[in-house]
Amino acid sequence: MSWFLSHPLTWLVATLLAYRLGVHLRDRTGHPVAQPVLVGVVLLAAALVLLDVDYATYAEGTTIVTFLLGPATVALAVPLHRQLGRLRGYALPLVAGLLVGVVVSVGSAMLLVRLLGGDELLARTVAPKATTAPVAIALSRTIEGVAPLTAAIGITAGILGAVAAPTVLTWLRVREHRARGLATGAVSHGIGTSRMLHEHPVEGAFSGLAMGLTALATSLLLPLLVPLFLR
Amino acid sequence: MRVVSGLTWLLGCQLVGEVVVHALDAPVPGPVVGMVVLLLVLLVRHPPEGSSVHQAADALLPHLQLLFVPAGVGVVVYGAVLRQDGPAILVALVVSWLLGLAAVGWTAQLLTRERAG
Repeated sequence: MSWFLSHPLTWLVATLLAYRLGVHLRDRTGHPVAQPVLVGVVLLAAALVLLDVDYATYAEGTTIVTFLLGPATVALAVPLHRQLGRLRGYALPLVAGLLVGVVVSVGSAMLLVRLLGGDELLARTVAPKATTAPVAIALSRTIEGVAPLTAAIGITAGILGAVAAPTVLTWLRVREHRARGLATGAVSHGIGTSRMLHEHPVEGAFSGLAMGLTALATSLLLPLLVPLFLR
Repeated sequence: MRVVSGLTWLLGCQLVGEVVVHALDAPVPGPVVGMVVLLLVLLVRHPPEGSSVHQAADALLPHLQLLFVPAGVGVVVYGAVLRQDGPAILVALVVSWLLGLAAVGWTAQLLTRERAG
């Protein structure tokens, strides 16, 4: 049994099966919480804890899945290219929206954590949470936060977007497809984008674009914003 | 063969992205620069809809959620034992996420309306 549980293929197949179950639930129920990423994470995490398998064993088995994130991110250029005409005349909303987003994401996270009793280290740790995981980790190191915790918080923000972004945007009366995509990519990076690709082609394309530009803008602005919000 | 060709384009663009990031010491990940590189390739070469790059992208992107499962599992497994200020982090995260979403959505939509009107 322990041989089976430590075999890399076991966890690769288990991940694929849990994801397939998630897709099935999404298509059958249409419920926003039935996101394949959430179903997969909950089932696999429960299995690891119950069977007392350490995360390193699991991560080794699923290396190929994580590896494909690279080419999949590059592939986001294809939906963006298909919607490129919709960028014409949209420079101002795009740039202004994303810059406001970076300041609000960074500033509100830092101030709220301090308000709720967190220390300065925790404020630094949450600052880059809206960016895609590799950027969040690198930025957290630069501003002397706790990088693994930053990654965990960022991924949670992503899953929150995959589950709730379309519903919340409708509550907020944001109906224009480009604005919906931008907002989701700006706060929930690639994981939010994965949901928007299923919602609408324009929303998916603009979400991917927002993910890339938010990563860039946050990298450039964070060294200025962190001292500002720590005072 | 088309799958291999499409994947080669994607990985090739990622590699160019990684090289650019390394050479310029740029603060963004290689795949994000690779996305820009592929966009430029698409603009210059104009491959027809249904080309190998399109097929590879259309095969991968619908399953983007699958690719985030291992990272998410890591969050749950580590998160349970990480720190005692979990509730503070969670509240700050949800509220800040909501404020960011509203800020971007409203700003972009407002500026679009004003320009149109």
